[in-house]
Amino acid sequence: MGERTKKDSPKKKVPQWAKFFPDFVIERDPEKCIKCRICVRECSYGAHIWNAKKKELSEDPTKCVGCHRCEAMCPTRAIVIRRNPSEFREHAVWTPWHIKNVYKQADQGGVLLSSTGCAKPIRTYFDHLVLDACQVTNPPIDPLREPMELRTFLGPKPDALEVEVRDGKFRLKRPLPRQIQLEVPIMFAAMSYGAISLHVHQGLARAARDLGTLYNTGEGGLHASLYEYGSNTIVQCASGRFGLHVDYLNAGVAIEIKIGQGAKPGIGGHLPGEKVTEEISKTRMIPVGSDALSPAPHHDIYSIEDLRGLIFALKEATEYQKLVFVKIAAVHNVAAIASGIVRAGADAVVIDGLKGGTGAAPTMFRDNIGIPIELAVAAVDQRLREEGIRNWASVIASGGIRNSADVIKLIALGADAVYIGTPALIAVGCTMCQHCFTGKCPWGIATNQPELIKRLPPEVAYEKIYNLVHGWAHEMKEMLGAMGINAIESLRGNRDKLRAVGLTEKEMEILGVKHAGE
Amino acid sequence: MDFLRGLSKDISGCGLSGVIHRKGELIPGEVIVKSICCQEERGNGLGAGFAAYGIYPDFADHYALHIMADHKKALEEVEELLAHRTYMAHEEPIPTRRTPGIENPPLFKRYFVKPKYEGEVREVCGPEDEDDYMVSLVMEINTRIPGAYVISSGKNMGAFKGVGFPAQIADFFRIEEYRAFIWTAHNRFPTNTPGWWGGAHPFTILDWSIVHNGEISSYGTNRRYLEMFGYHCTLLTDTEVVAYLLDLLIRRHGLPIEVACMALAPPFWEEIDRMPEEERELARAVRTVYGAAMLNGPFAILFAYNGGLVGLNDRVKLRPLVAAEKGDLVYMASEEAAIRAICPDPDRVWAPKAGEPVIVELEPGVIPNQRSYLRGPERGTGAAACRYPGE
Repeated sequence: MGERTKKDSPKKKVPQWAKFFPDFVIERDPEKCIKCRICVRECSYGAHIWNAKKKELSEDPTKCVGCHRCEAMCPTRAIVIRRNPSEFREHAVWTPWHIKNVYKQADQGGVLLSSTGCAKPIRTYFDHLVLDACQVTNPPIDPLREPMELRTFLGPKPDALEVEVRDGKFRLKRPLPRQIQLEVPIMFAAMSYGAISLHVHQGLARAARDLGTLYNTGEGGLHASLYEYGSNTIVQCASGRFGLHVDYLNAGVAIEIKIGQGAKPGIGGHLPGEKVTEEISKTRMIPVGSDALSPAPHHDIYSIEDLRGLIFALKEATEYQKLVFVKIAAVHNVAAIASGIVRAGADAVVIDGLKGGTGAAPTMFRDNIGIPIELAVAAVDQRLREEGIRNWASVIASGGIRNSADVIKLIALGADAVYIGTPALIAVGCTMCQHCFTGKCPWGIATNQPELIKRLPPEVAYEKIYNLVHGWAHEMKEMLGAMGINAIESLRGNRDKLRAVGLTEKEMEILGVKHAGE
Repeated sequence: MDFLRGLSKDISGCGLSGVIHRKGELIPGEVIVKSICCQEERGNGLGAGFAAYGIYPDFADHYALHIMADHKKALEEVEELLAHRTYMAHEEPIPTRRTPGIENPPLFKRYFVKPKYEGEVREVCGPEDEDDYMVSLVMEINTRIPGAYVISSGKNMGAFKGVGFPAQIADFFRIEEYRAFIWTAHNRFPTNTPGWWGGAHPFTILDWSIVHNGEISSYGTNRRYLEMFGYHCTLLTDTEVVAYLLDLLIRRHGLPIEVACMALAPPFWEEIDRMPEEERELARAVRTVYGAAMLNGPFAILFAYNGGLVGLNDRVKLRPLVAAEKGDLVYMASEEAAIRAICPDPDRVWAPKAGEPVIVELEPGVIPNQRSYLRGPERGTGAAACRYPGE
């Protein structure tokens, strides 16, 4: 691509089309407004303006991202944020979204960026799957009265056990390979320190400990204050290798090699320099203010043999005391890829679906690349079974999980456990404004600005996250009980408990489910 | 919907009865008939069956294949396959009699065979793998020959089952003419699918025979787990998985019967957490490795083999099971009344605890080809089957 010369550059100020058509309007009720200016302080994007001279409040809707922080914090409920009612002429192909994206690129000439997961209405298979429930012949089980077990073990399992008689009792001949015990098969997905604030990390870590599950550091290193949560930590080894040293590797119970991510398969990561504060620089082991760029590939992994090399290098470095997970995005040939990963020695394969969230991704990537997690998990589980290696590794699913029923459906399709990222962030206040990449999160989640971080204290984050998973776990027990099952392992891969509504025969074949009514 | 063939199952209520003589003495067929008929209203006329051990002493070294066929052509195809794959010592129709209420029964024939499993293959694989050979033969008949089903395939034992009340099926198969050292019987109450001859109990593979009351909610998990080991569920009911799981866990993986029962109906994690360390390590490993073999949902099962009878309840005891003993005889049934009908004054009657197996084996050496699984199979293939990841 040719570079523009000075001569070619427009001399006149070029109008910014995108600003002509803001997505939101800010409505302020003058009757209710007491001019306390909380909205000005709360809006990190500068959409509320205080004119000190005139002592008046005004709005710049072009800066509003629809985060609703001002609306929520306004003490007199004087503010309402609405979708801009201004309408373009209807067109089935050129919707306002497409038109505005063209304006944005015409204005800036860059890559469109978005945060969170795929916003396109690509079929959500969860909503086309329904669960079974017991009736007469098989009674439901009431989890309030009967034990209901969600405990799950991650790690490689032998095909069979060897048992011997010792002192007149049956004993194991040799111990099981190392396993990680989860009290609930829901873990917190990789979100790096940098992408989210330290307070959120502290909340996640504490919630993971109290729930008996794991959180994931993401590729941000491990902050000194979080080492105490080691037994509930998965440390990530991504392509940028930020914050990676032997103490870090040994700090958690598992190491996750991140190859890909559902929101942006095939590309790396980028933490803008503005987000790299003093603390983050220490944790990531990079200079303050420098961009943290993770390459798309690991530069030491260009083949499955290379991956095997890294898996065993990490195992060696940690004296075979840590499990090694490998995380990939759900892509077209995911079943064969997963098989290769398991055969390369991974203890768990993590599959992140098309709808997985992110702090920042090119919009076109986020919305168009990858496949839904439901199909990916069904295909991977089936393939590993056909090859007789399903026991060798756990399957962890993520990307697009919204509630406990989605978790139950993924386990019925074949997952051992799931990762949740976006739901945990929504639990701490995220409103899905999709602007995490700006680093200005007014809710104090996806930001490193000290004044914004303070808006979400770690104990509040902990409470919300703990409550969310606690509630989901209870719902999962209720659903298991309704299906006449009292242990989660009897649901794993139990596709008989699912029926499809409105899916094609091919879709049902891949999911391995019958249609409702059959 | 070919791809979903074999994913279906049905659900049963059902009554069970079983009896074993520890010294291997033979018990006349009318005893078990009386016991199961006492539980008539536990079924609805859509299925009943019997399994008998020790009924073919003249062919004790041969696998007795009971074949059910919808038509002659299926039977001919089976015979053609058997001619290629086995040495046949004897074949005959299974004796039946015309019974009121039983209309258009399928054809029943039995074959006494030894597998053509010899030469170098045998030297390399060892004599135990004759059983694997027979399992694959059974799977082949069940999956590849339309209209033909192997009803039983063990040595010196046989299963007799069909659509009808227990009295009708007993009459049809002339059960009173057999004498066995172990009997099990079943009265069926299917509710989700119409009863069919192949769907009646007992379910068998090799000399394992299962009668079952309840519903296996974990069927989908169990079935897909078994598929990894080459078992294909073709008989459309959930009980089939129990038979295959026993064969896999005990015969192929070499687990002692008590440990296998722990895999099928394991203790709750809370109980495991309270166990002494070594015991806890075993229980934890069993649940971790055999989670997909756990039978979930309500069930009471009786399973038998050439050497023993085992009763097992689900881990919260959602189906009834009663046991009793009188001298060398041990009885197990869904109802105490069914036991007292044939043993009015037992020495001891008890209700086994949830998930706690009642294991009764014959005294050693009282019958030919006797098997004991108390300490695992004597020449099990366990070690060979025990593959650890990365090995």
